Amino acid sequence: MNNKPKIGVYVCHCGINIAKTVDVDAVAEFASHLPNVKVSREYSYMCSDPGQLLIKEDIKNEGLNRVVVASCSPRMHELTFRKTLAEAELNPYYLEMANIREQCSWVHEDREKATEKAKKLVAAAVYKARLLEPLQENEVGVEPATLIIGGGIAGIQAALDIANAGFKVYLVEKTPSVGGRMSQLDKTFPTLDCSACILTPKMVDVGSHPNIELLTYSEVEDISGYIGNFDIKVRKKARYVDMDKCTGCGICAEECRLTGRISSEYEVGMGNRAAIYLPFPQAVPAKYTIDPERCLFLTRGKCGKSPKCVDACAPGAIDFEQKDEIVEFKVGAIIVATGFDVFDASRKPEFGYNDYENVITSLELERLVAASGPTEGNIIIGKGRKGEKKKKKDRETFTPKEIAFISCVGSRDETVGNEYCSRVCCMYTAKLAHLLLEKIPDANVRVYYMDVRAFGKGFEEFYDRVRREGVRYIRGNPSEVFKRGDKLVIKAENTLTSTPIEDEVDLVVLAVGLEPRQDAREVIDLLRLSQSGDRFFMEAHPKLAPVDTATDGVFLAGCSQGPKDIPDTVAQAKGAASSALGPLSSGKVMIQAQIAHVDEATCRGCGFCVETCPYTAIELVTVNRVGHMVSVAKVNEALCKGCGACTAACLSGSIQQRSFMDEQILPQIAVLGGM
Amino acid sequence: MSTELQSFIQKYDLLGCIQCGKCTGGCPVTVRTNLNVRRIVYDTLDQDMLDELAKLPEIWDCTACNTCTVRCPKGLKPAEILIGLRNILVESGEIQPTVRDALESVFLEGNPWDKPRATRSDWMQDLEVKIVEPGEKVKNLIFVCCTIAYDPRVQAIAQSFVKVLNKAGVDYGFMGNKETCCSSEVHNLGEEGLFEMEIEDNTELLNSYDAERIVAISPHCYDAFKNQYPDLKAEVIHYTQLLKELLEENKLEITGELPQKIVYHDPCFLGKQNDVFDEPRYILNHIPEAEIVEFERNRERSLCCEGGGGRMWAETESLGERLAEVRVRDAKELGVSLLAVACPFCILTLDDAIKAKGFEEEMRVVDILEIIVDLI
Ligand SMILES: Cc1cc2nc3c(=O)[nH]c(=O)nc-3n(C[C@H](O)[C@H](O)[C@H](O)COP(=O)(O)OP(=O)(O)OC[C@H]3O[C@@H](n4cnc5c(N)ncnc54)[C@H](O)[C@@H]3O)c2cc1C
Repeated sequence: MNNKPKIGVYVCHCGINIAKTVDVDAVAEFASHLPNVKVSREYSYMCSDPGQLLIKEDIKNEGLNRVVVASCSPRMHELTFRKTLAEAELNPYYLEMANIREQCSWVHEDREKATEKAKKLVAAAVYKARLLEPLQENEVGVEPATLIIGGGIAGIQAALDIANAGFKVYLVEKTPSVGGRMSQLDKTFPTLDCSACILTPKMVDVGSHPNIELLTYSEVEDISGYIGNFDIKVRKKARYVDMDKCTGCGICAEECRLTGRISSEYEVGMGNRAAIYLPFPQAVPAKYTIDPERCLFLTRGKCGKSPKCVDACAPGAIDFEQKDEIVEFKVGAIIVATGFDVFDASRKPEFGYNDYENVITSLELERLVAASGPTEGNIIIGKGRKGEKKKKKDRETFTPKEIAFISCVGSRDETVGNEYCSRVCCMYTAKLAHLLLEKIPDANVRVYYMDVRAFGKGFEEFYDRVRREGVRYIRGNPSEVFKRGDKLVIKAENTLTSTPIEDEVDLVVLAVGLEPRQDAREVIDLLRLSQSGDRFFMEAHPKLAPVDTATDGVFLAGCSQGPKDIPDTVAQAKGAASSALGPLSSGKVMIQAQIAHVDEATCRGCGFCVETCPYTAIELVTVNRVGHMVSVAKVNEALCKGCGACTAACLSGSIQQRSFMDEQILPQIAVLGGM
Repeated sequence: MSTELQSFIQKYDLLGCIQCGKCTGGCPVTVRTNLNVRRIVYDTLDQDMLDELAKLPEIWDCTACNTCTVRCPKGLKPAEILIGLRNILVESGEIQPTVRDALESVFLEGNPWDKPRATRSDWMQDLEVKIVEPGEKVKNLIFVCCTIAYDPRVQAIAQSFVKVLNKAGVDYGFMGNKETCCSSEVHNLGEEGLFEMEIEDNTELLNSYDAERIVAISPHCYDAFKNQYPDLKAEVIHYTQLLKELLEENKLEITGELPQKIVYHDPCFLGKQNDVFDEPRYILNHIPEAEIVEFERNRERSLCCEGGGGRMWAETESLGERLAEVRVRDAKELGVSLLAVACPFCILTLDDAIKAKGFEEEMRVVDILEIIVDLI
């Protein structure tokens, strides 16, 4: 091909988005006089089919070999126009975009000056386009397996979808069982399905699916590689129980000297377990685990004459010699589904959560209303962790009659750094209020609220139903809870009547919000995930790439990305699964062409680029330079994302990014500098 | 929107309010006044109502305890909005004579108590007190507070502090008659202009000492210096923080026994507003034989004594039992003989309440300094 540049310039109106502030005709006219410009046109929507056709025909008919599109941000349509070029059999990297929308029409008002600026931007793009080089995208194969981190409903659903499509899944769960928070819920809004009834079958499927390798009580220790080819290292923590021998009979737990003396994580402190335990009856796998921090034998080396669990276990499954095990494997895609933490109510001391046993969180109430819970579904206050603190004589239990929910505890609250709405609390409050009325028909249940957000399918209807059942909604965000006599006093205002109130109740339920997990940093560090302002993991685009991340091949699902209910969690999990299946089923992925490369002849091996690279894509290697062994930088092309950080750090200019070489961008800058 | 209103709206971020009601919900005085701060915040959005709102008698019921501000989920400062309304009234000149006199006294004599500047250090008589001059190097520059300096009931706090400082061999210095009102209450009374002027003058004065820290005896001065004076060079601490440090470093030892039941009342300006909860308790817990108990409403949930917010000077019409009386009633139920505080205003209001209730026989209200001075 004759490589003398023949440039086509296309100035987009973007409806009136650009044309209102920029005289597009004038810009196109101006561009037609720039060096090497063969054709220059304006058009209402360049990204539309007819717009793209204009470019394709000009390439064919006018022999264009460079294209400049002056329109929106390249983030929006660079890929669109690269495809256009490829369809006209021109190397897609002969495209340069001038952003005259975000960088011009949207931010200026003065039409004349905006037009001048648009001309400069277009001229700069033309000067750069003259120097563009063709680039080749490389293809790499894809390991047909997926790693899913987190075995809540999000991870479970994604695992089943991928496994059912015929691909291998490694599902890594930190705790001894899959299930996540959903396994702790009693009924689920808005339909009141029993949570266990709809979750347990899926947990069982995950446990028995031939394509799913379940790694519970395990943590991912290291991830390296890139889309299609991630190397994974997982630590399977020692359970001190032989999984093959354990039958899940539970006699060990009954015999354990600490039975009923250790606060159960699953029961969120409302109930107790032994040192050897199954988190909950439906746990998958149904295998026992010894808590190494509490087990007498493991902490003191002695448990009576001999550990009672050992004596009780007929199959001989207890193995105190067991060690952590490292498992290594390769996957092509990763889904992060690590979920959330509930807000720690002690961070709002004004509600007295740490002081009063009858101030409880919604999750604690979930366990109390659950038939499988520590009180067998009876609403009995004054037992469990909080009861323990009480003096003996006050330890009586009681059934509350006057019950109040306080909404938005830890949500929509700048004082605790959580500006966001947690999205599920209004509805689970309605659900729990309904369940309380069902269990204690003569109870007076009220909900203190700021706004009721019933936005989902069937939500408003459910809210209506619960109100008509007799749950009172009082509009006001309470400020304080304290004790007067044997009643709790809620200090609030009924804002609809402007009446300050001191409401005396027997039970306060704090509708705690959803927060990013305390240990989220572990996953962030493993995968270099970004966080959005709310500290949840950040998706690649809030609307158009809601399950993708900045790293190709890494996807998000469930509450790790932001608070959501089960229907949304499942939908997103299915989205993440289908996104992961893309590369898995095509079997290959294209990798970035606009990446860094090193001029070994001038590289001094200082290593600044290695330190700077956020993707660990650069390493120092030793090469023979005319008889001397020297250290130089080497770019792993599959890992490089073309961010350009290394090129800015390089002192000798030896590392350059393709399409953004110094000699390409300096003329561009020179044009802009002449503004 | 007029620029005046716009600036009121912007200054107090009124458009950020979602009318959730937490401010009124937590306001301690709602049980005995008509004040509804949420309602007032709502109404301030209407420009034409500002002057009228400023004339509402209940805006003087606010004690500036700042419970509303500390808990506002949207970061607004409802108490400051009330002060903004007081400011409108001050500017219009229609203020109560008692308030006017207090402000004038700050302007002329550097204290709100209408006392001559020249007698500010009279409380020091017969005491061995180290006074420092500007330019002099001193580790702990002590700031007494106008109320402590002039009010005969609470002068004992400063006198006790001097003895404690001498005993512990602390590197300290008082400012003598140069000390001038921190103007925390000037701000709360709505006199913004005077407050700004005092900030400027006081900053210059305080910065003229070569001091490492300013140790405020009153939580009100402490809060003002810490949160309202942007340009102070020295670190600002409260005396309870210094005492805790001295105890930790064994420079001070409480040896005397005090076999009494003591409850500590958290001053709003120390606790709620500045999170100093532990230091006063740390000190009390070091008293041999003393039994330290807690109010049901303690720490973050402490009940205001109604001493702040300009209430020492502004007349208010209130219904029902005073909060200080509620407090001493609760103290009596706990069976304490000492009601300990770390704030001169709390002492004065709680003292009155004890008298009003006729509890003088059973209990006394005392500052922590007054307790420990006899035990070291
Ligand atoms: C009180 C309450 C009531 C609710 N009621 C309802 C309701 O009625 N209806 C409804 O639709 N929604 C309800 N929800 C919301 C529901 O709980 C969530 O939508 C759902 O649990 C989200 O699932 P998830 O898989 O994203 O997260 P989780 O359930 O949090 O699961 C995450 C899993 O990942 C594991 N994990 C975390 N970090 C790691 C790691 N580093 N390595 C390995 N594993 C890890 C965790 O152990 C956990 O098993 C309620 C929430 C609360 C708090």
